[in-house]
Amino acid sequence: MPDLIEKNVPAQGAAGSAEPKPEKPRSLGLDAWHDLRKRPVFIISAALIVLLVAFAIAPSLFTSVDPRAGDLQHHYLTKPNYLHFFQADWFGYDGQGRSIYARMIYGARASVVVGICVTAGVTVLGGLAGMAAGYYGGWVDTVISRVTDMFFGIPLLLGALVVLNAFTTRTVWSVVFALVALGWTQMTRVMRGSVITVKQSDFVTAARALGAGTGRIMFKHILPNAIAPVIVVATIALGGYIATEATLSFLGIGLQDPTISWGIDINSAQKVIRTAPFALFFPAGMLSVTVLAFIMLGDAVRDALDPKLR
Amino acid sequence: MTTAPEKTTAGQDRLVPGTPLLEVRDLHVEFKTRDGVAKAVNGVNYSVAAGETLAVLGESGSGKSVTAQTIMGILDMPPGRVTAGEILFRGQDMLKMSNEERRKIRGRKIAMIFQDALSSLNPVLSVGYQLGEMFRVHEGASRKEAKAKAIELMDRVRIPAAAQRVNDYPHQFSGGMRQRIMIAMALALEPDLIIADEPTTALDVTVQAQVMDLLAELQAEYHMGLILITHDLGVVADVADKIAVMYAGRIVETAPVHDLYARPAHPYTKGLLRSIPRLDQKGEELYAIKGLPPNLYKVPAGCAFNPRCDVATDLCRTEIPALHQVTDRDGAELAGRKSACHLWKETLHG
Amino acid sequence: MAEPILEVRDLVKHYPLTQGVLFKKQVGAVKAVDGVSFTLAKGETLGIVGESGCGKSTLAKVLMNLERATAGQVLYKGEDISRLSGAALKAVRRNIQMVFQDPYTSLNPRMTVGDIIGEPFEIHPEVAPKGDRRKAVQDLLDVVGLNPEYINRYPHQFSGGQRQRIGIARGLALKPEIIICDEPVSALDVSVQAQVINLLEQLQGEFELSYMFIAHDLSIVRHISDRVGVMYLGRMVEIGTDAEIYEHATHPYTQALLSAVPVPDPTGREGRERIILSGDIPSPANPPSGCRFRTRCWKAEERCATEVPLLAAPTLLTGDARHDSACHFAAEREVAAA
Repeated sequence: MPDLIEKNVPAQGAAGSAEPKPEKPRSLGLDAWHDLRKRPVFIISAALIVLLVAFAIAPSLFTSVDPRAGDLQHHYLTKPNYLHFFQADWFGYDGQGRSIYARMIYGARASVVVGICVTAGVTVLGGLAGMAAGYYGGWVDTVISRVTDMFFGIPLLLGALVVLNAFTTRTVWSVVFALVALGWTQMTRVMRGSVITVKQSDFVTAARALGAGTGRIMFKHILPNAIAPVIVVATIALGGYIATEATLSFLGIGLQDPTISWGIDINSAQKVIRTAPFALFFPAGMLSVTVLAFIMLGDAVRDALDPKLR
Repeated sequence: MTTAPEKTTAGQDRLVPGTPLLEVRDLHVEFKTRDGVAKAVNGVNYSVAAGETLAVLGESGSGKSVTAQTIMGILDMPPGRVTAGEILFRGQDMLKMSNEERRKIRGRKIAMIFQDALSSLNPVLSVGYQLGEMFRVHEGASRKEAKAKAIELMDRVRIPAAAQRVNDYPHQFSGGMRQRIMIAMALALEPDLIIADEPTTALDVTVQAQVMDLLAELQAEYHMGLILITHDLGVVADVADKIAVMYAGRIVETAPVHDLYARPAHPYTKGLLRSIPRLDQKGEELYAIKGLPPNLYKVPAGCAFNPRCDVATDLCRTEIPALHQVTDRDGAELAGRKSACHLWKETLHG
Repeated sequence: MAEPILEVRDLVKHYPLTQGVLFKKQVGAVKAVDGVSFTLAKGETLGIVGESGCGKSTLAKVLMNLERATAGQVLYKGEDISRLSGAALKAVRRNIQMVFQDPYTSLNPRMTVGDIIGEPFEIHPEVAPKGDRRKAVQDLLDVVGLNPEYINRYPHQFSGGQRQRIGIARGLALKPEIIICDEPVSALDVSVQAQVINLLEQLQGEFELSYMFIAHDLSIVRHISDRVGVMYLGRMVEIGTDAEIYEHATHPYTQALLSAVPVPDPTGREGRERIILSGDIPSPANPPSGCRFRTRCWKAEERCATEVPLLAAPTLLTGDARHDSACHFAAEREVAAA
């Protein structure tokens, strides 16, 4: 009996002496987490992402080969040897005689750093702008909304091409800068809409009636209730930013050579696609799987946070 | 009540008052959610005849709306599931019919009126179009005929200047007028039975009175059966012939309307009647039914009402009471009166 | 009568209607509250009834200073609080609190019950020293009839009635003198409504509270109120003691409202004469001239269209019928006979 799920526990303390033990407090976040843990989509995508982050943090754990060491004489476009697990020639060698497997592992770092930093940047910057616009309304909202509209007119890729052209040497950080500068408006829109909805809730009115200040209302009442859609959009967008970085690198305007990026490898592999399709397949496949993992994660998180289900 | 029901059946000889229309037998419905299985309806029996108004009275979680949705065949399945029971419409079990057969009954034979008229109407189509659609779909009427019929219907539910307003959109009407349009829609195909789920809850009292009067007048005119689902004891008293009181998915008491208010035979009904303040007198402290509305995931053993009941005994905590026929002190059966309480005699006579 | 703790004078709240996107031009105003005056005595319950759109909820918001009054005064112990801001306003908030209609949206779903009820103490730290807060919150839970052990639970773990108790506990935390209840039971189940009403009455005695009780349910308002004000389209049309309003109403709108209430007593239904009003409430953006009720009134004459009736006791009437009523033809009428 006591194990049965119970939503409403008998009312007053005075109601009876044989009252069941009060159930454990369950926050909405905790509920979502319990729900998430049961979803196969979440488990698969989370496992992939953990693996990817491990590649990025400690690539030397997965391969001892130097990804930059090319040996044209011995390894020019050598075909993969699929039985040599975790070895330099597992996925073959590229047009400069470098191990494709090693480059695949090392390439994760640029992607993960760009993805996470850009997402963090746009979420903080765009989130704050969106909160200001949604909370204050009036001319603040008008100004911020017009600015976001202007940014929406600029295609992300084209804008990034222009911004990155201004840099003579391009590192991971210049790519992050360009994508944050152009991408923050997406989060502004999501956050603004979400804040406007939450702002009208009775509990916000109740806090105002108690005399709560702007800071308390914004960060204690509105933000925790408005953040869910932003988290979902950010997770899905993270995959998109990784793809954008690869695209820019592919076009030769993103990362530059000593940095290892799947985009650069895809670019160099396309020239030899007829003779060595494997050189293209592994970096491209890795990129697709990564992007997919983040989109799947975003989907799972959205389902878990969806208030309609509870 | 402004007009007494007239018994003239001029042109409307389809329905003879008193003909049995719908009978719900031992209906069980449950919902599977991630919190467990919610037993929303646990063996409901009721019937309604032509010209009769049955009020189903209950609070949230009593299963009154789920029963109605099951009758209409608009329950979301899953998560909903009918686990047992029959719904007989003119003797045929609707639960055994094909989707096609049920669709033919829906709207044409049984129509429903919802609480929220604004969200039940399509905001981008004119009211006249939505009313006329019924005739075009079901009777193959032309656009012009449909519009003429729409105006006629709007007239019939007493919408002023119907011919001018037929092309207006739902948001251009007030709440009371929108509810009239919903009623017109339900009436369109002259159904045998109308199920009204909290039809006046969203309306103001003065408008509420207008809408309830309209329903009563139309019923007197067409002799349709009416199931009125509500939580409002006042609305029920004004229009119903007989009442079924529901609690935690079961019917706990049925009675003709006068008897129920005068001498309830179930402690829940009795408690409800005592707990509402009266308009015509200023009372002392209100009687309050203790505890909380039932939790459908964990319906108490025995009588579901026992944790909140003042007179519950050990029997009530172990054995589910059957719906007993209620008798007077001399043992003579009281017509239409039943109570699902082990102590109905004490409740009624004590 | 006891000294007034709250006095409202000619309170007006208009919401401007604007046109244009960039250069906004005012083209009119929704006259939500349009010249309302009344007093609230210490320890008294004043009920405010009216249909949707009559301005009763706007009135509550203006009294709570959640919306700025367009004109008029709200005097709390003689001081006009309708223009206050900053620290002065915060100080006044300690004395006037509110209970909301919807127990599902008025509690922050991300905060525990302890945090919700404890928040008033965080905002006004002078009320309870830091170390005593947990105890203070548990005491409040006990006062409103909830188990003090529930302090760490979240709102969604409670039923509607229990949540409303939490909302009441939050309103009580600062030990206010006035509580404005905006439809506090209309979202609750019938069997739970009585519990909450009894709780409110019990707390009033215990803490010497003055209530302003806003509701559309006339029966509940009669039960809890000492005096009742009836609003229609932004104006107060009649105000008096519960007996004066319910048994000796002189304004046609009050009479219609009372006659329309469904009484849970079928034996009464044949004997009762009902006034069924025709038409709908006019738009508050464009109210009728003169008496606002005249478009739906059966007594309306030419005078009603030109002359605004004042809220005053008709000199011709006697006894309980002689109370403030804003009608040129105020007269009693036998309604709602038991």
